[in-house]
Amino acid sequence: MNIKRILLGLIIGVLGGAALYTVMRLLLGMPALASNPWPLVAMAVTTGLIGLMLGIEPSLGLARGLLGMVFGFAVGLLLVYVIRLLLGMTPAWNPEPAWVTGALLGATGFLLGVGVMTDWLKWANGIHTPEQDGPPEGKPAWVRYFGADQNHKVIGVQYTVTGILLLGTAGSFAMIFRTELSKAGIDFLPADLFNTFISIHGIVMIASILLGVGGMANYLVPLMLGARDMAFPRLNSFAFWIAVPGALLIIMALFFGGWDTGWTGYAPLSVRGPLGIDFFMLGVFIFGFSSILGAVNLIATTITMRAPGMSMFRMPIFVWAVLATALIQLTGTQFIGLSFLMVVLERVFNMGFFDPASGGKVLLFQHLFWFYSHPAVYIFILPGLGIISELLPVFARKPLFGYKWIALSSMAIAVMGFLVWAHHMFTAGISDSLRVPFMYSTMLVAVPTGVKFFSWLGTMWRGKLSFPTPMLFVLTSIAVFLIGGLTGPPLATVPTDLHLHDSYYVVGHFHATMFGGFVFPFFAALYFWFPKITGCMYNERLGKIHWFLQTVGFYTMSLYMMRAGLLGMRRRIVDYDPALGVEGYQTVITWAGWIIFISVIIGVANLAWSAYRGKVAEPNPWGSRSPEWQIPSPVPEHNFEEPFEVVGDPYDYGVPGSIYVQMHPKPTSAG
Amino acid sequence: MSVTAHAQEMHHVEEISPARRLYMNRLGLWLFIISESFLFGGILVARFYLWGTTRPHLDQALGMSVTILLLASSFFANRAEIAIKHDDRKTFLQSILITITLGLLFLVGVVGMEWRTAPVTPMMDGEFNVYGAVLFFMTGMHAFHVLTGVILLAIVARLGAKGHYGPTNFWGVEGAVVYWHFVDVVWVFFYPALYLMGTAVGPVH
Repeated sequence: MNIKRILLGLIIGVLGGAALYTVMRLLLGMPALASNPWPLVAMAVTTGLIGLMLGIEPSLGLARGLLGMVFGFAVGLLLVYVIRLLLGMTPAWNPEPAWVTGALLGATGFLLGVGVMTDWLKWANGIHTPEQDGPPEGKPAWVRYFGADQNHKVIGVQYTVTGILLLGTAGSFAMIFRTELSKAGIDFLPADLFNTFISIHGIVMIASILLGVGGMANYLVPLMLGARDMAFPRLNSFAFWIAVPGALLIIMALFFGGWDTGWTGYAPLSVRGPLGIDFFMLGVFIFGFSSILGAVNLIATTITMRAPGMSMFRMPIFVWAVLATALIQLTGTQFIGLSFLMVVLERVFNMGFFDPASGGKVLLFQHLFWFYSHPAVYIFILPGLGIISELLPVFARKPLFGYKWIALSSMAIAVMGFLVWAHHMFTAGISDSLRVPFMYSTMLVAVPTGVKFFSWLGTMWRGKLSFPTPMLFVLTSIAVFLIGGLTGPPLATVPTDLHLHDSYYVVGHFHATMFGGFVFPFFAALYFWFPKITGCMYNERLGKIHWFLQTVGFYTMSLYMMRAGLLGMRRRIVDYDPALGVEGYQTVITWAGWIIFISVIIGVANLAWSAYRGKVAEPNPWGSRSPEWQIPSPVPEHNFEEPFEVVGDPYDYGVPGSIYVQMHPKPTSAG
Repeated sequence: MSVTAHAQEMHHVEEISPARRLYMNRLGLWLFIISESFLFGGILVARFYLWGTTRPHLDQALGMSVTILLLASSFFANRAEIAIKHDDRKTFLQSILITITLGLLFLVGVVGMEWRTAPVTPMMDGEFNVYGAVLFFMTGMHAFHVLTGVILLAIVARLGAKGHYGPTNFWGVEGAVVYWHFVDVVWVFFYPALYLMGTAVGPVH
């Protein structure tokens, strides 16, 4: 560490940020000093942090990306100002188009700065670049985790850690408004800030889940297939890093008036709200590229990079879940991008897509939005359900019951997910000729989901079950997802939905599906593959405490939410009438929320500390048959030093003489 | 270090053969095109939801002309691809430059002329705003993709002129050309949706 350089970076950063802010104000025709000092402070703090990071390590991709983002914003603001000045439009300084252009160029600047496009730009100039091989030379090893690295394991860790950071961010916002809700009356959180916080809780959680899914998929899929890396390592790096400016824009929305539409951003409210809505929607739009390009990579990898002998029906079951997920991400994501883009265009260019006075139609937004956002819930849960199917046989020491059915049920859920979107709109004024078919199609999703539950029970039946932390999380996932699933039909049925729509019952229902389908399986996966990723073992006792607190906290929270909803508690509302009789429930929900929050802190602290100081783990502590457990931990740079062949079925635990992967030692002369 | 790095690099080259790499690249591009077709499908859904069986009055001669330009460009794009696979660099360069020219003319026709002369715009007040909105959105999104296609073709043309492509190394050309065809096919759906289907309503030019 070079203290002098770090201090210099900090000072240059602070002064440079303040100077850039002042110069920008002068260039945009404003007085140099604003009446509100906070933007100046925010700017100086941001650039000061960037300077600090560059002082620690000048080649840090993240810091360079952030610097690129700052300059991208500056260029965008000036560009719009100059264009409007030249076209003689008044006023020349119009915040809405200026900040929108700034955000788009800011994201581009981030990508250029972080260096994920360097190779492609060189290709466009006819310069050949080899694929990156190993950590950067002459720099500390941790640097690769903060820059454009092409190794899928590094990218998987980047996804996962960013996902956990966003999980913490979104959870913290939840804790703030949850505390406000614990008593009737408005205590400390003004209504518009409350609305912004519930919106940001929702969308940042979704971003966090997408990153968590990306983390599991990127780390595990090449290992499970026996591949050296993903099919397109540069695209992989790009897909991760484009999510970062997306997430930053969403969080920046807080400083531009926030947004009070909820994460769904329904028009026409979103067409009228503050500037924060542009940031939120562009953030989601840019985040969408991450989903689409990540999906291209995962599908191509699954199709082309399987080890010899690994037919589609001999892949580890998690890969099937990821394949189904990737198909939804590939196709559906375009629709949320489209709907949000149309809102931004309506705001900036007065294009009246959703405004009836301009001949537009409000419901179009909801159709486009839910055509992605309903299948999106299957993006969140399918990988988690895959984790359950992947881990259960290991801890039951029995073959997975009905492998093909599980694999195909994931695909069936992915396809049927596209046929149910209008069940979110039963109360929006759509005709019965739409409501009734969508009621039935929604109910049909229970069939492939039921296949999964049947298989999980069949797998556990008469197994030799053991209960380390990952297995406990898996079992809770099944139980919690069952609650989430069974509370669905009352919402899918039109008559009952008319009563339950927009109530806390819905909140309880979808929190159960998200926890059962993502949060619990995600932690199961983290604990399960932690020894593989770090080579160290986590603390089992702390892991069990985490599991216990999260399980108890979650059941309490979710069930009381549903109860409050049945009594008439509305969603997305800062205050409620104590006469509803839900105040006591609200207090309990808040306490339960805090317990979940604390349990997650315990879990993350356990993992962080164990990665740093944990016991060295055995090579295959769970006795798994999957290929990634047959090689050393942590995994070598290019995964499999010696090729292997798949000679049997993946989950024949306890079947005498069965072999899944046959390792072939490489002749020493090779290479 | 350099010796092992070299050995690993060789090992890697062994692992993914050029033929396999080509197959993977093709697969990746087609997956991207599937994704993009959902975007344009969504835009078409918006058009039919908002306009139904009506459309604005547009200049039919202009619409027909730009369509012919774009369809012709696809022919030359294909000719360029075939030529480079047969190592005929002269035909390749000629055809790809014609493709780029036709693409640029298309952009001039749509953005430079149609946007100026259309009787409906997103700037107008009242119920016909939505006709301008959808018209500018559809043509704008498509023109943006044509522009990216032109940029890709220009990069490929420049590299091709320097001798970067040949019968064994043509992926850059093929990728850009397949993308170009896709942008063309999108217009095959957009043109009737904008100019031909339904009854013309609203202000006349």
